[in-house]
Order: sequence, then C-alpha cells, then structure tokens
Amino acid sequence: MTQAPVTPELEKAAERADSRRGFLIGLPASGYLVLFFAIPLVLVFVYSFASRSSTGLTVLEDWNLDSYRRLLDPLVVEIFVRSFVLALATTVICLLASYPFAYYVATRGAALRNVLLILVMIPFWSNFLVRTYAWRVLLGTDGVISQISQGFGGESMRVLFTPLAVLIGLVYGYLPFMVLPLYAAIERLDWSLVEAARDLYADGWTAFRRVTLPLSMPGVVAGSILVFIPSLGAYVTPAILGGARTVLMGDYIVSQFLAARNWPFGSALSFAVMFVMLIAAMFYFRAGARTL
Amino acid sequence: MSEDAGPRGIVDRLLAANAIAVYVFLYAPIVLLVIFSFNDNNNVSIWTEPSLRWYGEMFRNDQVMGALQNSLLVALVATAVSTVLGTALAISLERYRYRGRGTLDGLAYLPIIIPDVTMAVMLLVFFFQAFGILDSLTGIRLTAGLHTIILAHIAFNISFVAVVVRARIAQFDDALEEAAADLYATRWQTFRKVTLPLIAPGVAGGALLALTLSLDDVVVTQFVSGAGSTTLPVYVFGLVRRGVTPLINAVSVVMLVASMVLVAVSLGLQRSAAGRQKVLTEPSLVYERTT
Repeated sequence: MTQAPVTPELEKAAERADSRRGFLIGLPASGYLVLFFAIPLVLVFVYSFASRSSTGLTVLEDWNLDSYRRLLDPLVVEIFVRSFVLALATTVICLLASYPFAYYVATRGAALRNVLLILVMIPFWSNFLVRTYAWRVLLGTDGVISQISQGFGGESMRVLFTPLAVLIGLVYGYLPFMVLPLYAAIERLDWSLVEAARDLYADGWTAFRRVTLPLSMPGVVAGSILVFIPSLGAYVTPAILGGARTVLMGDYIVSQFLAARNWPFGSALSFAVMFVMLIAAMFYFRAGARTL
Repeated sequence: MSEDAGPRGIVDRLLAANAIAVYVFLYAPIVLLVIFSFNDNNNVSIWTEPSLRWYGEMFRNDQVMGALQNSLLVALVATAVSTVLGTALAISLERYRYRGRGTLDGLAYLPIIIPDVTMAVMLLVFFFQAFGILDSLTGIRLTAGLHTIILAHIAFNISFVAVVVRARIAQFDDALEEAAADLYATRWQTFRKVTLPLIAPGVAGGALLALTLSLDDVVVTQFVSGAGSTTLPVYVFGLVRRGVTPLINAVSVVMLVASMVLVAVSLGLQRSAAGRQKVLTEPSLVYERTT
C-alpha cells in the first residue's frame, strides 16, 4: 500500500477532521444539555427580573429588581440564616462523628475495612425519601423513642416537627458524604510521617494534631462542602420532619412556585442559593477534588 | 501502614465505640421501618402482632401499582437514553480536543452541582414557557405528563453517566485504540471491539446510577409531572405529607429492597475487590447522591 507523504497540511487536515468528529460525537448530549439545562437556567434568570400581573401570573415585561430587593426582607433573611445555621450545624456534627469513624475504618485490615465500608454505603445508596421517612416512625408522639422514654418512666416526647428533627434527618441523610472523602484522605496518608513525628518524641496527640490532621485536611474540606451544599438546599427532609415553624430555603423556594405562584421571586431565591453553592463548589474543586 | 503509628489502647476502644454508635445510628431507623412494615396495626409505630396485611393492601392499591408502573417506565426509558448520550459525551470530552470543549465540560458538570430544587424550578419554568410558545405558534396544546418527567430525568442523568464513564476511559491507554487502527480496523470496528468492551463496566455503572437516581427522584419529578402521572416516590411523598400510614412502611421497604438489589448488582459487575471499592467510594459518585 502506497502512502502519501505526511505534510504539515495533511496533518492539520487530519487534526481538524478529528476535532470535528469529537464535536459530533458529543453533539446529541451537548444539544440536549443546552436545550434542557442551559436554556432553562437562563430562563429562570430572566424570570427573576420579571413582574407579576394582579392575578399572580408572571409578566415578561416591566423588568425590575424587586425580587432581588425582597431578598433583604427580614422574613427572607431569617429563613436564609436559619437554613445556613442548620446546614452549618449539620456539617459540624457530621464532621465530629465521621472523622474518628473514618480514622477507625481506615486503620483496620483490608478485609474488615471493605466490610465496614460497604456497611456505610448500603444506607447511602438506599432511597433518600424512605430513609428520611423512617425517622417519622422513631420521632413521633407514639414513636419508638417516645415509647422507650415512657417505658423508663419518662415523659412522652415528640421531637418530630421541630428543628431538632430536621437536624437529625439532615445528619442522617448526609453523613456518608462526610465519611467517604475523609476515609479516602486518611487511608492514603503516609504513615511513615506520623512515625517520624513519634521518633522525634511527639506524643500521640501532638503527632495527630501536627501531622495526621493537616494531611487529611483535603478530606475535611471536601466532606464539609459535600454535606453543606445539599443541606442548604434541602427540601425533602424539612418537608417530612420539620414543622410549619422550620421553613428552610428549599421549601421556601418550592412554595413560591407551587403555592404563592410568585415565580419572579422564587427565581431570584433560586439564584441566591445557587450563588452560595457555586462558591462552595468552587472551594470543593480547588481544595478537595484535586486530591481525591 | 505500620502498627506503631496506629492508635492503641484506650483510644482504639473509644474509636471502636464511636464506630458502633455510627452504625447503630445508620441502621436503627431502617431496621425499625422493616420491622414495623410487618405490623398488624393501624398505627405506624405501635406493635401488636406480625402480619403481611400491609403488603397485601399495597398490592391491592391501584394508585400504588399505577405509580410503580410509571416509575419503572420513566426510569427505564430515561436510563436507556441517558446512558447512550452520556457515554458519547464522555468519549467526546475525554478523547477529543475541539473548540468549545471546555465550556461543554463545565455545562456537563453543572447539573451535578446544582441543588435539585433549582433544577426542578428551571424545568418547570422551561416547560411552561416552551408549551406556551408551541401553543401560540402552532396551536398544539401540550401538557405535562410522563414525557416531561422522562425528559427531565434524562437532563440530570446524562451528566452522572458521563462522569462515571469518563473515570473509566481515563484509566486505559488510547494506544490500544491506535493499535486497532494500525491493524486496519475501521473506526466503528475499533469502537465495537476495543473501546466498548474496555469501558463496559463504566457504562454499566453509569446506567445503574442513572436508574437509581431516576427511581429515587422526588423533587424534580414533582415539579414536571402532570395530573395522573405520579411516580412512586412522588406518590409516597404526598402520602407522608398528609400523614403516615403503615401502608407507607410496606411501600418503603419495597423501595429499600429495590435500591439494595441495584447496589448488589453494581457490586457484582465489578470483578475485582479494588473495583468494588471504587464503585462505592468514587468521589464523583458521592456527590450525586444528594436529594
């Protein structure tokens, strides 16, 4: 078979053909994402500047910043602060429980480690709605926890529909998000560095604080953001376990669309939450994902 | 690791106690839910005697069965389409260089990062607007239904499939594909005989993830479903908000078993133990399990 000599022009043409092929292979998916993701995203942004008719319908004229101004309304700020505090509390509790847990799992032998890890993953992969619902069986007035308390001569207690119930639900739902990056960070730790610290007469605590903890920091950052972001936007958990007094950002946004029918304001709220989350996600990709 | 550097004695015992507490916390609600689903009582959490009464009621309940059918139909169609599109996207992003690739890369990641409440809102507004435009241009009146749910599920599943498949493509050398080309294989033959078998575990993993996400989704589905087109999670969510009945316990257990079967299948697909662990702990996979 004779071949034409490879000239720079031919090479360039081949390269162009190759990149065109790559573009075409990705085209169905990218077209789909543009139509059903990028355009909807832009639409919501446009809606956030729209106004409403007297009947509550969205009118795509008289563009204004009213919806964004309303974000500073004390009621809205209160909901935002409540969501933020709850998400932060969820993150801290998950971190405090998960760090020693991940450390324990990562320092076991290989066989046991895999079993322990799979035991964390099973609830993680199970239906989120169902797992949240399970707490209703535990936390209600006739709930199992209340029954146990009464069995010991205590009072009937109802945790359900309180902020505490939402906190428990969030910690329960997102704990595995914290465990996994922490486990990954601790498991790949170079233990000879810890040994070196011990050889230099550091006690166990100092070696942990000065060597182990800093080395596992990427896992801490990644885990914290993975828990914080979904907690801040949580909708299912507060809807099932929270009461009327624990409205969070997620259900507030939903109510603007399904109940209040104030789409421009709901759109502005969505963008505010998305903004906070994108900042957090940027931290994740900078600090965490690189090392995971 | 060396045993010297590991924690010992009292610290080790405290760590073990914490680990047990975490496992009890993770499993107690699930175990209790399963137990109470076999309870013969109208109250969800007061035990009387064991029975299969609520499972019987579940199978006789037309709404539950209808919602289950919808769920399966939506999940299967959305998974099939998003697996094909997501795999093609992964190959395109991982193996080729072209203008706009960086932008597409970012666009493909966004649906994973974005909270699903926002995704739901976006698609609600989009379908409302699109149907309005279609009506005024052509007079065709479309409404939300199973088709809008399927379209929405594909929109978030593509990205997840692409992430999983990309991780797999990045693992093997493109020299294998070049070797096939050197041996005069056509592009299609190379894809069928070399690339596809190599990335198959990734494609299967991505498909299972898409199936799980589709079967689990509440928020997006609730926003884009029309009258009479409920899926099982949305139906259960509606029931729970109105009050709990032991029927929900039984339905929940069935959903729980379904997700566990899916996990078992995806573990079974990975032949090596290392591969298994990767499926479970893949950080990119960790992200998408948000609700």
